[in-house]
Amino acid sequence: MKIHEYQGKEILRKFGVATSRGIACFSVDAAVKAAETLAAQLPTKVWVVKAQIHAGGRGKGGGVKVARSLAEVRLYAEQILGMQLVTHQTGTRGQKVKRLLIEEGADIQKEYYLAVLTDRATQKVAVMASSEGGMDIEEVARRTPEKILKEFVDPLVGITDRQAAALAHGIGVPEASVTRAVEQIKQLYTCYMETDASLAEINPLILEADGNIKALDAKFNFDANALYRHPEIVAYRDLDEEDADEIEASKFDLAYIALDGNIGCLVNGAGLAMATMDTIKLFGAEPANFLDVGGGATTEKVTEAFKIMLRNPKVKGILVNIFGGIMKCDTIAEGIVAAAREVKLGVPLVVRMKGTNDDIGKQILKDSGLPIIAADNMADAAQKIVAAVQ
Amino acid sequence: MSILIDKNTRVITQGITGKTGQFHTEKCMEYANGKTCFVAGVNPRKAGEKIFDIPIYATVKEAAAASGATVSVIYVPPAGAADAIWEAVEADLDLAICITEGIPVRDMLLVRNRMKAKVAAGGKETLLLGPNCPGLITPDEIKIGIMPGHIHKRGRIGVVSRSGTLTYEAVGQLTDLGLGQSTAVGIGGDPINGLKHIDIMRLFNDDADTDAVIMIGEIGGPDEAEAALWCKEHMKKPVVGFIAGVTAPAGKRMGHAGALISGGADTAEAKLAIMEACGFTVTRNPAEMGKLLKSLL
Repeated sequence: MKIHEYQGKEILRKFGVATSRGIACFSVDAAVKAAETLAAQLPTKVWVVKAQIHAGGRGKGGGVKVARSLAEVRLYAEQILGMQLVTHQTGTRGQKVKRLLIEEGADIQKEYYLAVLTDRATQKVAVMASSEGGMDIEEVARRTPEKILKEFVDPLVGITDRQAAALAHGIGVPEASVTRAVEQIKQLYTCYMETDASLAEINPLILEADGNIKALDAKFNFDANALYRHPEIVAYRDLDEEDADEIEASKFDLAYIALDGNIGCLVNGAGLAMATMDTIKLFGAEPANFLDVGGGATTEKVTEAFKIMLRNPKVKGILVNIFGGIMKCDTIAEGIVAAAREVKLGVPLVVRMKGTNDDIGKQILKDSGLPIIAADNMADAAQKIVAAVQ
Repeated sequence: MSILIDKNTRVITQGITGKTGQFHTEKCMEYANGKTCFVAGVNPRKAGEKIFDIPIYATVKEAAAASGATVSVIYVPPAGAADAIWEAVEADLDLAICITEGIPVRDMLLVRNRMKAKVAAGGKETLLLGPNCPGLITPDEIKIGIMPGHIHKRGRIGVVSRSGTLTYEAVGQLTDLGLGQSTAVGIGGDPINGLKHIDIMRLFNDDADTDAVIMIGEIGGPDEAEAALWCKEHMKKPVVGFIAGVTAPAGKRMGHAGALISGGADTAEAKLAIMEACGFTVTRNPAEMGKLLKSLL
C-alpha cells in the first residue's frame, strides 16, 4: 500500500527522522493560509507548493513549484490543485491532484539518496545510500552503479553504528554532520522495520547550510500482508489514488489489474494467469487485464469477475483458462454459464478447462446453448480468442 | 527414488484442526500411502484428541517424539505461521512445508535469519519449502500439499515452479504425453522463502531417478537467474525453462507478492535470456513445455 509524501513525513517524524515543516491542504485558500502559518515560524519567505499524488516524478511533471510570495503560493496552488498530473509513473492519462503540501523552503547545500528495502537474494534488509540525490535512482544505478552504496543488515541484530557511518562517509557527508546523518539512517531503518514497510525512500535527503540533515521527500510502500497489525497506516489509505476496478475486485477476493489490450482473461492462480496473458501476446494480441479468481471460485465470484472485465470498454473478447484442482471444473462451468446469462455477454468467449471434472464442465458449457468456444489447451484457446476478436 | 519425500516419509500436520488443514489432510491421506504417512497433528488446545484417527499433540516436538515424523506441513493462518515454522525448526525436523499464503514479509525475514543463525551455531538444519506454495508430490507414493493428486503419474521427470496451477499445467502436459514425474515441487510465490529453484535443481541433478526437469519461473527477484547460472556449470540433465510474466507491467504486483518487477534484471525476457544462455531449452509458449521436454529425451 502506498501513501502520500505528507503522510510519509508524519511517519518519519514519529520515528525521529528530521523533515521540512509543512501543512497538507485540500483547497487553494487553505494553501495560502498554510503558507501564512508557516511564515510566522520561518526566517525566509520561501515556500514549496507540492502536488500530493502517489506517483513519483512530480517535479518534472510540473507538480512542484517554489513560491516567493503569498501571491505566488496562491497562483501555484490554483495551477496544481485539480490538474491532471502526468509523470513517468502515472501513464498518459495522469493522476488528478486533490491534495497539496505547502512546505517551508530549504537551504539545500547537497542532496543525497537514502532508502531501505528487503533484499530477496540475501534475505537481509538493504540500506542504500548515494551521493547522487534528487535524481532518478534507477538512472544513477544504470549509469554510475558505483555511486550507490549498500549495507546489508541482519534483522536479528539491527543496523550497527559502523554500517550507518560507512554509508554516511561513503556518500560524502561532511565530518561535522556525520553524527546527525548516522542518527537519521538508523531511525529510518527502525521506522522501516516497525511499520512493516516494503520500501522507505528519501530522495533527496539534504544537507543544509547549518549542517542539519533532513528529508525533503518521503516515499513509502507497505507490505499488504502486514496491514492487519497497522491500523494507523491503513488510515492513510487514499482510495482516489487507486484503480476503482481493482478496489471493487478486491472486495470479492479477486486479484485484478487493468492492462492496455483488448482480450479479457479470467484464470485461477497467479502464475497461470500470467502465462495465459503471455500466450495471448504470443499469438498476436494483448491482454486487457490480469485476473486471478483464486482457489475457491463460486458462481458469485465468477459473475463479479465477468462484470469487472466487461466494465473495460476495450474488451473485445474473453478467455477463461481454468486448471481444476481442488476447484472443480463443473463448479466453474456453472459459474460461467450463470455469469454469461446475467451480464448478457456480447463478446466472444473462449473457455479452456482442464483437471478435476473437466468432462462434466465441458458438457455443462455445451448444454447451456450459449455461443461458448471450447478449447483444448492454452495455445488453442489463445489462437481461438485472437481469431474471434479480429 | 525421488527428491525430499517418498513413501517412507512420516508427516506432522500443523494446523490440522483448521478448515484448510482438515480438508487437505483428508485428501493427502486418500492419496497413495497417505494413510501410513500422515501420523500426527498439532494443536495446543486439542492435545490428546484425534482427528481422522490421527493423534493430536500440543507441540511439534511432542508430535515428532511420539510419532517419529521428520517432516511437517503447515496450514496455520498467516499471523501465526512464521511461529509455526520456527516450532518445526526447533523440533529439529528435516523439512517444513508451509502452505499458508499471506504471511507478513518481516515475519519471514526474521524466521529465515533465525534458521540461518541456528545452523551457523552448529544446530541441525531444517529445510523450508514455501511459504505460499502448493507443496510437493512424489506420484504414487506421497502427496504433501494442496495439488490435485489424480493429474500426476509416476515417472522420471522433475518439475519445479513457484506457482500452483502453473505447476499443475506442466504436470498435466507431461502426464498427457505419457511422461511421469519423479517429484513435482511448488516453491511458492513469496519474496522471502525457503528452498529456491537452485536448491531443487541440485536435488534433481543428484537424483538417479530423474532424467530431465521442467523449471518454471516468474517475473521478480534473482532466483531463476541464479539457478540457471548454477545449472550451466553443474547440471547433467536437460532442462526446459519457462518464465511467466512477459506481459506484466513494471511496478505492479501480479497476484504473488514476489511477482513484481523491481529493476531491469528481473523481467521475464531478461530471465529467459539468461536461462537460454545457460543451456536451458526455453519456450515462450507455456502450452509447449511438455512437448518440448519430450523432444529432449
